[in-house]
Amino acid sequence: MMTVYYGSGEDVRPPVTSTGALGWIRENLFNGALNSILTLLCLALFARVFPPLFRWIFIDSLWMSTSSACRNIKGACWSIISTNYRFILFGFYPYALQWRPTIAVLLLIVLLLVSRNRSFWNKSLLYAWIAGLLAMGILMQGGMFGLQRVQSDQWGGLPLTLLLAVFGLAAAYPLGVLLALGRRSRLAVIRVLSVLYIEIIRGVPLVSLLFMSAIVFPLFLPEGMTVNKIIRAQAAIILFTAAYIAEVVRGGLQGIPKGQYEAAESLGLNYVQTMRLIVLPQALKIVIPPSVSVLISAFKDTSLVVIIALYDLLKTTQSTLSNPNWMGFSSEAYVFLACIYFICCYGMSRYSRQLERELGAPA
Amino acid sequence: MNVQQPAGYPVGESIDDHQIPFWHNPARRALVYQLAALIITAAIGGYLFHNTVVNLKRQSIATGFGFLEREASFEIGESPIPFSASQSYARALLVGLLNTIKVAVTGVCLSLVLGLFVGICRLSGNWLVARLAALYIEVFQDIPVLLQLFFWYAVFYDSLPPPRLAITPLPGVFLCNRGLIFAVPQDHPAYRAMAAAFLAGCVIVFLLRRWARKRQERTGRIFPVVRTSFGMLLGLPFMVWAGAGFPVAIRVPQLSGFNFSGGMAISPEFTALLLGLVLYTAAFVAEIVRAGIQAVSKGQSEAAMAIGLKPWQIMNLVILPQALRIIIPPLTSQMMNLTKNSSLAVAIGYPDFVSVASTTINQTGQAIEGVAMIMVIYLIMSLITSAFMNWYNRKKAIIER
Repeated sequence: MMTVYYGSGEDVRPPVTSTGALGWIRENLFNGALNSILTLLCLALFARVFPPLFRWIFIDSLWMSTSSACRNIKGACWSIISTNYRFILFGFYPYALQWRPTIAVLLLIVLLLVSRNRSFWNKSLLYAWIAGLLAMGILMQGGMFGLQRVQSDQWGGLPLTLLLAVFGLAAAYPLGVLLALGRRSRLAVIRVLSVLYIEIIRGVPLVSLLFMSAIVFPLFLPEGMTVNKIIRAQAAIILFTAAYIAEVVRGGLQGIPKGQYEAAESLGLNYVQTMRLIVLPQALKIVIPPSVSVLISAFKDTSLVVIIALYDLLKTTQSTLSNPNWMGFSSEAYVFLACIYFICCYGMSRYSRQLERELGAPA
Repeated sequence: MNVQQPAGYPVGESIDDHQIPFWHNPARRALVYQLAALIITAAIGGYLFHNTVVNLKRQSIATGFGFLEREASFEIGESPIPFSASQSYARALLVGLLNTIKVAVTGVCLSLVLGLFVGICRLSGNWLVARLAALYIEVFQDIPVLLQLFFWYAVFYDSLPPPRLAITPLPGVFLCNRGLIFAVPQDHPAYRAMAAAFLAGCVIVFLLRRWARKRQERTGRIFPVVRTSFGMLLGLPFMVWAGAGFPVAIRVPQLSGFNFSGGMAISPEFTALLLGLVLYTAAFVAEIVRAGIQAVSKGQSEAAMAIGLKPWQIMNLVILPQALRIIIPPLTSQMMNLTKNSSLAVAIGYPDFVSVASTTINQTGQAIEGVAMIMVIYLIMSLITSAFMNWYNRKKAIIER
């Protein structure tokens, strides 16, 4: 029962302050006293932080200079990157052959980008991955097709970081699935062994496993047998990641309704068939987004191999910084490195969110 | 007819054992699988053990923990208990453990506070505040914690000035490449009494809350718990302070020679470690808090509004109790992650347990014992954390009919 008196019958527009940019500002920044104060505080913070930061990064900085020229400036010395980027990215890989790791890394990036699209998820993508990883191995190692051989102790930088992460996850995933199945098995011995493994590995820091791979593992091997340091570190990363994947997959397995198991049983499928054809496909689909999170942390965790002196991206940056010429420009170097890690991890986490939306939406 | 069932199906079927071949009896098959698993595990373990014994004998390394009694002969930069190089490895490791606990406990508390703050900011109606919080979360989550530690450590050694030119953000606080140095009150018996009064205040508040809740349940009358609690917690120590005649003497750090004396100093290593761990973990805590609060359905806060609760009452009585149930389990793993990540101290030279153990391993060659000790110590800490958090979780869990 509302009577509207609009005299002339003209359209009455809403007040300017509730629409458009002004309305948005009122609605989102100045609705109420508290919010206005917060907004002003934020703006004050911006004013204090950003102009000096901007000056440091862009105006007072040097981009292509010698290290001595950098000593006299107030801003950032990005010359440490432009001068040393090849060592930071590729470590001790022979200078003339660095096109090979470059191609290997690009190959990996292309594969990752292609795999983003879920309509490509089929057998041929799997073969593409296998072929791609083989090609990367050949490019890095050499010794075939007329490529000069490069020992793995000369590998370093970005390819090492990426290899540790990708192979770490590729090998850890099946192991993690097995452990998760083991943890939910009806066989007491297998269940206990899996639980022990998962809980022990998850309860200790990765550093201790890396120490184990570096200083204890050689003692485990028979006399005269040695295993390359990178492979040992890789093994530690795989063992570590597998325990976390196992917990993620376990979550997926718990999300499968009991009726699915019963239906499989009533069809007369055995354990392996039930798991392979009915349970795992559904469970793994549920856990794709959290698996990406595990991938992200595995990628970040590869930086820990610094502690056992492997020349990954972080270590090559540090050794650049220990060069007397470039000592003291650590902020610039670490900011550059942070950008590399940020781009990779941010890309992956955005992808994970996109997947979550796609998979979460009812089909 | 053969009954095909998943391996390891519960024992006790009444199928006649004589009719079916050995391999098709699920119970026996389960037994075989388990035996095989045990034998394989034992065989691998035995093989590794054998190799290790042979290798140790060849390198003539004595096994066992006898080395713990020997003189450590290295100094430790900072230590909550007195330590000198002439004391035993056992004591050195104890110092390392205390340092780890110190950084872990401080780190957990600070990251909970910061994480809660950022998480709530992330949900703020103020667009700017929400964006800022989102930016913080994204940036700090996506950069490896070790890189962050190196960064903060480098900030101390490369960017901060020497003590002579120390920055003073607040009067009495000095920031320089020797760490963070700040003024502390001169030792006075009144402070201990004030601490005791504060503890007494805590006990009184705890009892008061219980009494107020019981009374409210019985009579419906609300007692102003929050105001009285603040009064107790601040007022009691203040009264003691007043009773002692307001002792105000303060030890201000003085520049003497190349360093400060007096006051309290926090080393660059500890500060860098704490900064890195807290900023990194708080980003994850913030995400957990945000997800937890968002998971409480909107109808809950609308219903609370409809019965006329004030905003802080809605948060305190309706949203948080429900969000906590969702928040606690992932929060537990973040707390454990922080504790485990504190082992990265070894990379920036803060003498935590891993760092001391690693020095010990280098000096004595007792690699197996050293690594085993590291693992056991962290396992115990993880178990304690999860036991405590599970207890808290059970207390907060929903009680269903």
